[in-house]
Amino acid sequence: MTQLRRGVFPARLTDPMADERTQPFWDAALAGRLSIARCDACGTFVFPAEPFCFTCQGDAFTYTDLPGTGTIYTFTVVRHPLAPQLADVVPYVSGVVELDGTQGAGCRVIANIVDVDPETVQIGDRVRIRFDRITDTYAVPRFVPDAG
Amino acid sequence: MVQEGDAATMKDQTAIAGIGYTPYYKRGQSLPQTETEMACKAILAALADAGLTVHDLDGFTIYSSSIDPATVGSILGVPEVRFAATLTSGGGGTAGSLGLAAAAIVSGQAEVCVTVMTLQQAARRLGGTQVDGGGSGGGGGGGSPYGSGRVPQGFVMAAGSGLLSPGHSFALLTQRHMKLYGTKREHLAEVAISQRENAIKRPTALRREPLTLDDYFNARMLSDPLCLFDYTMESDGAVAAIVTSAQRARDLRQPPVYIMGSANGGAGRWGSAIFSYFQMPDEYFASSGHRTVAKRMFDMAGVGPQDVDVALLYDHFSPLVIMQLEDYGFCGIGEGGPFVAEGNIRFDGGTIAVNTHGGHLSEAYIIGMTHVREAVEQLRGVAVNQVQGAEIALVTGGPAGLPVSGTLLRR
Repeated sequence: MTQLRRGVFPARLTDPMADERTQPFWDAALAGRLSIARCDACGTFVFPAEPFCFTCQGDAFTYTDLPGTGTIYTFTVVRHPLAPQLADVVPYVSGVVELDGTQGAGCRVIANIVDVDPETVQIGDRVRIRFDRITDTYAVPRFVPDAG
Repeated sequence: MVQEGDAATMKDQTAIAGIGYTPYYKRGQSLPQTETEMACKAILAALADAGLTVHDLDGFTIYSSSIDPATVGSILGVPEVRFAATLTSGGGGTAGSLGLAAAAIVSGQAEVCVTVMTLQQAARRLGGTQVDGGGSGGGGGGGSPYGSGRVPQGFVMAAGSGLLSPGHSFALLTQRHMKLYGTKREHLAEVAISQRENAIKRPTALRREPLTLDDYFNARMLSDPLCLFDYTMESDGAVAAIVTSAQRARDLRQPPVYIMGSANGGAGRWGSAIFSYFQMPDEYFASSGHRTVAKRMFDMAGVGPQDVDVALLYDHFSPLVIMQLEDYGFCGIGEGGPFVAEGNIRFDGGTIAVNTHGGHLSEAYIIGMTHVREAVEQLRGVAVNQVQGAEIALVTGGPAGLPVSGTLLRR
């Protein structure tokens, strides 16, 4: 168990439990890259990957790298620890990030947003994804402020 | 003079004929009763209220897998179960399960249906985390949509994100609503305070101590922008409603409460919305997810929000009352905050009385069924906080993952 740090929600999984369709995201994550399934027919990004595109019902996708930057779409500051061991972690910021280079809805990422001040963080703030390696098979996506 | 309604729809063809309930208990205080035992007590009380017995009961129309009809049918000795169905997902099905009963009865598959919810949060707590207890998800339903042995990737993302509970999820919708429309914590406070005012007068309510604006702002923040008083309480108990044909209801013990219109569902891409999805289109992300349901329900009933006398809105979190006021057309989209701040939802002096029983926030949380009970009491004219001359009541279920639901009742 790594040291708990205030503001950083501790990853509890040791493996992403992915399948053939979803594994490429986690392979890229371990290599520090953001890669998302994109519909071959219409270009819609679908995350997490699903068997069909919600725009055109296409069933063929190609994983496509994205810059990993985005904006905070919404967030919460979690102040009440839901488990005793989280007492040393709260307050932490978690939210929904809309990724640059996507169509928005359908490709938002939920994650812990770290290295931000919970008293000043705002919707619209620019962030960048960071993959923190937990095990040899799992790197957890978190967001940090994007200096631009 | 009672109108039988358009034969092509369910409008006015069925009615709630009986309502039954156990006491409401603080979390865990209903022990040593079991959830099934409390459900049976509520069902028997509802049948007695209607002037019926177990020998008349032939349908189970439930939501959130509240009970197992096989178990209850055998315990109570129901002569023949002719219809047993549940709306999928969780508390979103509360109001819609009355429509499910109406559908079963109008189509001739059953004659007397019960909708029931029973809850005991001693061992299982709905506010718990998704990954630790397999818990909060849709509210109670069984089974992963991904099949056994597979973990939805949305849950994997949620597990790493720190978004663990319903409160966290609804905080995200609320924060976005505040950003888009200028909704303020004072507006959330007005929902909590107005419902507490209603609960103070109601002996069954579990929270009856006065709540001031200072109390609200001095309360612990749990998940910004939500504080302790924006959350429902945790409680135990059971409530049941008996639905039968309008014709049969008129010969029973209580005045019928007619089901004017009912709808469940929602936009497909509302999906599971909260808990792990959050991929809803921007135009309705910061909403209750009820807009399409509201339209279908009002269309079936042939009335609009201006005709509703009392609104029993599912209130697991105070801001979702504001979003439902918008989505059901009591005010414009984004205007819900100022609408409540102007006193519109107050029992005394408001334009649309909301949660006159105190709601989940202050009376008790039995996953929506206390709202059905209050609607029936209002339309029988026996409510504690009686809206004078109340003729039409709105009951909602959700906001949650699909389906959410709304039902219009009339006397």
